[in-house]
Amino acid sequence: MVPENLKFTKEHEWVGVDGEIATMGISDYAQGELGDVVFVEMPVVGDIVAQFDSIGTIEAVKSVSDFFAPVSGEIVEVNTALEETPEIVNKEPYGGGWFVKIKLSEPSGLDNLISPEEYNKIIA
Amino acid sequence: MAEKIIEKTIFELSRPGVGGANLPGLDVPEANTDSIPENMIRKGKIGLPELAEIDVMRHFVKLSTLNHHVEKGFYPLGSCTMKYNPKANENAASLNGFTDLHPLTFSGLSRGAIEIMAQLGEMLREIAGHEAITLQPSAGAHGEFAGLLIIRAYLESMGEPRKEVILPDSAHGTNPASIVFSGYKPVQIKSLDNGMVDIEALRGVLSKDTAALMLTNPNTLGIFEKEIKQIAAMVHEVGAQMYMDGANLNAMMGYVRPGELGFDVMHFNLHKTFSTPHGGGGPGSGPVSVKRHLEPFLPIPVVVRNNEGEPHFDWERPQSIGKVSGFYGNFLVMVKAWLYLRMLGLEGVREVSEWAVLNSNYLLSRVEDYYGLKFKTTPMHEFVADSTPLKEYGIRNIDVAKRLLDYGFHAPTMSFPLIVPEALMIEPTETESKATLDAFAEAMIAIAREAKETPDVLHEAPVNTPIGRLDEGKAARRRVLRWPIPEDL
Repeated sequence: MVPENLKFTKEHEWVGVDGEIATMGISDYAQGELGDVVFVEMPVVGDIVAQFDSIGTIEAVKSVSDFFAPVSGEIVEVNTALEETPEIVNKEPYGGGWFVKIKLSEPSGLDNLISPEEYNKIIA
Repeated sequence: MAEKIIEKTIFELSRPGVGGANLPGLDVPEANTDSIPENMIRKGKIGLPELAEIDVMRHFVKLSTLNHHVEKGFYPLGSCTMKYNPKANENAASLNGFTDLHPLTFSGLSRGAIEIMAQLGEMLREIAGHEAITLQPSAGAHGEFAGLLIIRAYLESMGEPRKEVILPDSAHGTNPASIVFSGYKPVQIKSLDNGMVDIEALRGVLSKDTAALMLTNPNTLGIFEKEIKQIAAMVHEVGAQMYMDGANLNAMMGYVRPGELGFDVMHFNLHKTFSTPHGGGGPGSGPVSVKRHLEPFLPIPVVVRNNEGEPHFDWERPQSIGKVSGFYGNFLVMVKAWLYLRMLGLEGVREVSEWAVLNSNYLLSRVEDYYGLKFKTTPMHEFVADSTPLKEYGIRNIDVAKRLLDYGFHAPTMSFPLIVPEALMIEPTETESKATLDAFAEAMIAIAREAKETPDVLHEAPVNTPIGRLDEGKAARRRVLRWPIPEDL
């Protein structure tokens, strides 16, 4: 089951919101489908991103996939731990394997995301 | 998994003073090295291995047995057409008249070589249904790039190069890369449930910005695009060009000519369809053939015949995209493809495709009850099995692929095309016997049974190969790309 306190995109990103900061990563289902993650190409801190724009790529053993900004705003932090140990994405997709933190510019964009229940239906 | 050493490197096998030949002592004055700059003179050991001839021979023969190759076993790598490479090709390509020929040799002394290029081009054009050809590109992707540059040059000559190239979601990964490299934006369209191009989706993205539609036919699912003539008409209607990726040409030679289907440009993979070695055994060759209106833009020089039928290089092409290769392309590969086609003849070429399609469909009929097939349309020379039915036992396509190695077969192409979740893309080619196809089918069936009954056997596979299951994630994350040379060597 997916964590109840998060929101999701149809592209398998999760978002946790704390005040005006949204933390983003990929779901446990997504890491399972991708297989061993070997590299995550991150956006740069300070980048202004629009909701659902491609902001980086995830390189797994068998494929390379884009990941998308789940909300609009400014990239305020990227998870540098993934540079040396990208396998955390596989081990702790909802914890240490987070990707970026975005300072929300349009909080209403959160309404475009889907609930854990809806996400569960997509991956069922 | 602990690393087991199966064969040491030839440097580790070296023993000082051992040699394969006894050279006579120096009987001329030692060369004066005064004129050589100090920093250019080697001070340390040369570091060449020292072994007896027999040990060198055994070392390399052993290495050749550790690897899997088409001369050792079945190699059903989808979209790669791993057919057997007849040894006659190699014999011809190793004749001194070819190997010792310098590319700048005066054309009066290299007539034979130019004649081979001319004839090969004519035979390939006959297969393509096209009016002109270049043999220069060195590989399939290189051919794609050259072909797209030709389209760009043509459209520029018509007024503007345009902006986009459309391709289906089943395309080879090289297609979007070539599109970007040639300055275009790739626009991807979804496939229909039968695996073919969605005509309505195509209609939705075609515009005056469209430079070309890039298609593989049959596509990477092995499915022939039935509506290809309508598709071509729609593309030409907006003034765009039709590009065919010839990776799957093995399915239709002598039956269907891409030019007659409406394709303006196509590339061939001599290392696939025309039985020259692949990859490390290559090099490759990716000729590009075109319709008449694109001929002025071909890379220079173009091999043409004069009024007496004598072939020569034509450099006077002011609208040419230029050169895409140092000289004329990989000439010795052309010699192999030329001989292959001369040996087969037109009838033989047709039979190649007949047998390729028959073998593929026979194999499919034997395994389809055990594996899924996402697209139900009858395929041609290859098919994409889907191991999703085995997922409930915790088995992924990689487990099936690895277990096949234990049965002595190379794994099929995996995880491609991307639209099939657990893809196993199988292309047997025409060169395999029914006995080999049956043995492979039995292995696939046995693996499907093992998936249910003893899934751990699959998770641990391969166990019969020199190297077991690798940690692919670790291999990609912590790259060790060469053998670490010991200090004392």
